[in-house]
Amino acid sequence: MNGILPVFAHLAIVMALSPFFFGVTARVKAVFAGRVGPPLVQPYFDIVKLFRKKCVYSRTTTWVFRASPVVVLAAVMAFSLTVPFGEIRAPLGFPGDILLAAYLLALARFFMIAAAMDTGSSMEGLGASREAFFSCFSELALFMNFIALASCSGNISLSRMIGEEMPLSGGTLTPALILVVSSFFILLLAENCRIPVDDPDTHLELTMIHEVMVLDHSGIDLAYLLVAQTAKLFVFSAIVVQMIVPGAAGDRAVGIGIYLAGMMFVSILIGVVESCMARLRLDRVKYLLLISFGLAFFGFIVSLWRK
Amino acid sequence: MGLFNGANVRLSDIHVMSKGEFRLEVVRRCQNDARLMNLFGCPEPSGGVRLFAFMGFDEDAVIRAVSTVISSDDPAYESITKDLFQAHLFEREIAEQWAIVPEAHPWLKPVRYHANYRGVPDIWEGISGRDIPGSYPFYAMAGEEVHEMGVGPVHAGIIEPGHFRFQSSGEEVMHLEIQLGYQHRGIERMMNGGDLVRSAYLSEAVAGDTAIGHSIAFSEVVESLAGCAAPPRAQAIRAIALEIERLANHVGDLGALSADAGFMPGSAYSGRMRGDYLNLLLAITGSRFGKGLSRPGGVLFDIDNEMALDLCRKLTVYKKEFEDVSELIFTRTSVLARFEDVGAISLKSAKKFGLVGPASRACQLERDIRIDHASGMWQFYHIPISLGATGDVYSRALVRRQEVMRSLEFLLKVLPSLPHGGIFVRLPAMRADMLALSLVEGWRGEIMHVGITDDKGAFARYKIKDPSFNNWFGLAWAMRNQEISDFPLCNKSFNLSYAGHDL
Repeated sequence: MNGILPVFAHLAIVMALSPFFFGVTARVKAVFAGRVGPPLVQPYFDIVKLFRKKCVYSRTTTWVFRASPVVVLAAVMAFSLTVPFGEIRAPLGFPGDILLAAYLLALARFFMIAAAMDTGSSMEGLGASREAFFSCFSELALFMNFIALASCSGNISLSRMIGEEMPLSGGTLTPALILVVSSFFILLLAENCRIPVDDPDTHLELTMIHEVMVLDHSGIDLAYLLVAQTAKLFVFSAIVVQMIVPGAAGDRAVGIGIYLAGMMFVSILIGVVESCMARLRLDRVKYLLLISFGLAFFGFIVSLWRK
Repeated sequence: MGLFNGANVRLSDIHVMSKGEFRLEVVRRCQNDARLMNLFGCPEPSGGVRLFAFMGFDEDAVIRAVSTVISSDDPAYESITKDLFQAHLFEREIAEQWAIVPEAHPWLKPVRYHANYRGVPDIWEGISGRDIPGSYPFYAMAGEEVHEMGVGPVHAGIIEPGHFRFQSSGEEVMHLEIQLGYQHRGIERMMNGGDLVRSAYLSEAVAGDTAIGHSIAFSEVVESLAGCAAPPRAQAIRAIALEIERLANHVGDLGALSADAGFMPGSAYSGRMRGDYLNLLLAITGSRFGKGLSRPGGVLFDIDNEMALDLCRKLTVYKKEFEDVSELIFTRTSVLARFEDVGAISLKSAKKFGLVGPASRACQLERDIRIDHASGMWQFYHIPISLGATGDVYSRALVRRQEVMRSLEFLLKVLPSLPHGGIFVRLPAMRADMLALSLVEGWRGEIMHVGITDDKGAFARYKIKDPSFNNWFGLAWAMRNQEISDFPLCNKSFNLSYAGHDL
């Protein structure tokens, strides 16, 4: 019983907070464009709206298509359990759980791709092929980040690598940390289909990556995917915040305050980046991901040298 | 027969050649210093079809017209397209409208899917009854790696219907075929007869975003056939409206290009500025698209001194705003990285396809009706031509940017010193058995209207050519060996009209 309660608490935090930060990013983009923008709680409205709608299924789809939203949401939620949120510890943590985390993300991706292929649409096939191609590079970068963090902290459990025990901030490992955080932020943009890799606001099906793969999903299925999308962005942002402010503020209230401020900062930063630059050409995306890999790699080297 | 922009001529004065001579003349002239402006058929009282070809000599501001008669006993002739690519779509149109076979045409496919006007069997069996694009013979590639993709005719976003068929290998487009015709309303035939009031409205509906350009071309054709010109003040107001239309669309296009590159501020600011220009038209004409302004005989709305000063004041502000926003877009490296080297067309290809308007000028092809075949206000004010060098998306965007600045300068110069006098004259009836033509440089490029009257002085044939008709092939060509994800950018950089093509 004691083990189950923190799990539900953790999931509740993700579900409750993640759409809000999604809304913050949208609001920042609107302000840059000189518009008022949607209310901060708009993503909640969208999710509720979708939950009240029925699903429509194409006759060419099979169980893979129907299973994918559930699997994707479940995988992303399970992934969130390995990440601590400020003062709140990760309910799931054991040495080597970085592999679990990485493969949970891969599982979600696999089902997204499989469902897109399942529809038989030439457009979704295109999006699926792009997703598969770019993930080759982004997974490389993700593992390099984990390796660098492991080297910094001397741990191979995600919650410990970026948790309280991490002797990073203010310490001698600061240069390594800067490199790893930059690398992970690029990865965050790529993994969560933000500009400059993907454009979450586009209506042009030929240029989409993530959006085109969810074209055939509707109603509750789409709501699941939207929740998964906001949750994934939340967890990635949380990892960035954890790396910079690993907690241990002493006072619980101050810790939570710092944590929330950090999340706000990351969400605003995403909005600013999205407003200040155009998308990359698709054939350049791989270079960006390689840059992410390179930054993490040098972070790793620096961390070795510091010891 | 040498003509000029806005000229009229008796039908009997246009040289009638034999089929062979006609073909040779068109091919020879257009392979040298001329270009094919128009090629269309007009029914003869005898039952045959008379083909007219208009060749533009831009250097001399002369348009040469020749014709030939295709008899109904032998509705065929040797294709011009074989030797002159520019004729390709014109010949397909003739084949569809008059069931005349251009023999050995390399790409003979329907254009708009309607029954022919002669009431004889169509050269494609039953095209008017069939669903499109279901039975359209698309060019297809074979092979394991070929990924065929169809987009449209129903699109995401608020655009017109058209079908795009991509043959690609991975992300690279090997071939794009654009199949249109969904917007065909039969405007050309509706223009026939004598109801000029109705025709004026129809001309504004040829392409909704070019209402001013087409209505000016229509007005000039009727004025020419009536042997009477619009008063100078009306011509100045037409030029002003035409330039504001250009401003609104060019600024809107720069915004749309930013949006497709994912650069949101550029898109948001440009979108607002486009509204400002449309509101200027609203202030002048009561319609954001300038409908109801130009009519045969002049214009229906005057710009008084107070309004002219007000427009100048506003335009000065808009000019500053545009300078800032275009600077923002054109200095952003991530935006330039998307524009440069995408969808390039060489000067040679642009000439071969007969591109017009900003799309041609982006390839360094000096074509601008306002300069080459100046009429009306353009005879007194010269706008410098805006050329791009590279023929890619960047170049097409840059040409638009320059043209916006030049249009603004033109407006600020003309508005304070409008010619005095009336804005409208009553026209006499159109003369019988005449042909008149009018060219207008709309924001998309060369708009050409040709009116032919019957023995009673009513239109027997009215030919409309929107610049999109020339340029659609340019878009298909620009996509060769490009990333398929760059298609929206390429498409926006041309921003062609579906309705203007489909008529």
